[in-house]
Amino acid sequence: MQVTITINGEPVTRDVEPRTLLVHFVRDDAGLRGTHWGCDTSNCGACTLWVDGSPVKSCTMLAAQADGHEVTTVEGLEQGGELDPVQKGFIECHGLQCGFCTPGMMMTGRWLLDNNPHPSDGEIREAISGQICRCTGYKNIVKAIQWAADNPATNEVNA
Amino acid sequence: MQTPAPVDYVRATSVENAISLLEQHGEDARLLAGGHSLLPMMKLRLARPEILVDLQGLSELRGIKVDGGDLVIGAMTTHAEILDSPILSEHYAIFREAEKVIADPVVRNKGTMGGSMCQADPSEDLSAVGAALKGTVVIQGSGGKRTVEIRNFHEGPYETKVKDGEILTEVRFPIRPGAGSAYEKVERRVGDWPVCSAGAYVVVSGGTVTDCGIGLTAVGASHFCAPDAEAYLIGKPPTEANLAEAARLAAESCDPTSDQRGPADYKKHLAQELTLRALRRAAAASQGA
Ligand SMILES: Cc1cc2nc3c(=O)[nH]c(=O)nc-3n(C[C@H](O)[C@H](O)[C@H](O)COP(=O)(O)OP(=O)(O)OC[C@H]3O[C@@H](n4cnc5c(N)ncnc54)[C@H](O)[C@@H]3O)c2cc1C
Ligand code: FES
Ligand code: FES
Repeated sequence: MQVTITINGEPVTRDVEPRTLLVHFVRDDAGLRGTHWGCDTSNCGACTLWVDGSPVKSCTMLAAQADGHEVTTVEGLEQGGELDPVQKGFIECHGLQCGFCTPGMMMTGRWLLDNNPHPSDGEIREAISGQICRCTGYKNIVKAIQWAADNPATNEVNA
Repeated sequence: MQTPAPVDYVRATSVENAISLLEQHGEDARLLAGGHSLLPMMKLRLARPEILVDLQGLSELRGIKVDGGDLVIGAMTTHAEILDSPILSEHYAIFREAEKVIADPVVRNKGTMGGSMCQADPSEDLSAVGAALKGTVVIQGSGGKRTVEIRNFHEGPYETKVKDGEILTEVRFPIRPGAGSAYEKVERRVGDWPVCSAGAYVVVSGGTVTDCGIGLTAVGASHFCAPDAEAYLIGKPPTEANLAEAARLAAESCDPTSDQRGPADYKKHLAQELTLRALRRAAAASQGA
């Protein structure tokens, strides 16, 4: 079947089998490898991206379900060549080690801050609770998202 | 890599259209709501539909409203929407308390009310909520609509009163002025299915319990409820001793099995303790505490 998904603002049209999972459409058909793919069972959250602005585990959604919808991946966080504050936070606070969980963590982190600009550590932990990190022990991920809360993008501040 | 077997996909354009697609394809068709139970089952070949009928476009199945004396939740309403609903929280704290511990925030953006009811997993949290509140489901087929009590909806694990060619359209819960409600869950780790959950509502009037409902999941409670415990409590003051006896009766009526989530005797212990905690908080809330 033909599927058109707008990914980071660009419509991507492909002929795919209806059983194609969104994570594979994004990685293999659209060629955007920033979204990771881990457990395959909706447990690890490495594949988290946004569909119509809300985080979703893309290993548990068909590309067909996203036909006609807007997807945002980690590649879409950067604006005008400037990294998103959440991405900067991960650099500043050493929020990753192997980096496998990182794209998913950043997508959920950005979404949290869009809805709750000044979360408590507990609220951050709750937001990322469906995502597993085997390296950091989470502490620096929480710090990285807090850093982004404390250092919003200048264009957001002016807006 | 886990991928579903080849399958066709179609988006329903209306409830009637979905029903006629189901009738046309019979057993080979399966409704797709959030897909967070069905797609994992398809990956494991525990489900092998030939065609998926996606309900995502049916806005008439989505939303939360008050209709007469009932709270009505559309089948396609997500866990996240139930969690954030001020109308639901105003009448029953149990919705927010249960939804906060169902899966995780990302899964809650996809999983739906209707999908949870129809998946009918023996550990489904919303089944305990629905049984506790003595809700009803509305089922629609080409012959029209019918209403089934949630306490009569489950035919067994993964089996419900929804037949081929039918759709669950909404779930209804009677509003009970003065009711307090609460939900308690023990899970192995954050975001997991329950080892045991218990939910309750209690109406205390003039110092006695005039109405109550108890729901349990994951512990083999018949139809996710505990009617003997409810009958015991009605007409009695909500003292600690009376609540404890009701909780004991509720646990007695459960028949959990030992599995990777824990041994049966531990689950029975949880059924009693969590029922007691839910009853305590529900009774206190009803008395304005
Ligand atoms: C990681 C993870 C953790 C989870 N943890 C929990 C938990 O702690 N507690 C809990 O209760 N649940 C949990 N769930 C399950 C979650 O709540 C599911 O979303 C839910 O069980 C199914 O909803 P769905 O919309 O995804 O349904 P789907 O997967 O789309 O459908 C499930 C079944 O219902 C049928 N169906 C769907 N809608 C209708 C309808 N309107 N009429 C008739 N049939 C219909 C489908 O054909 C299918 O057979 C978890 C799921 C995941 C992936
Ligand atoms: S790959 Fe999707 S949740 Fe793990
Ligand atoms: S940084 Fe390695 S899994 Fe999170």
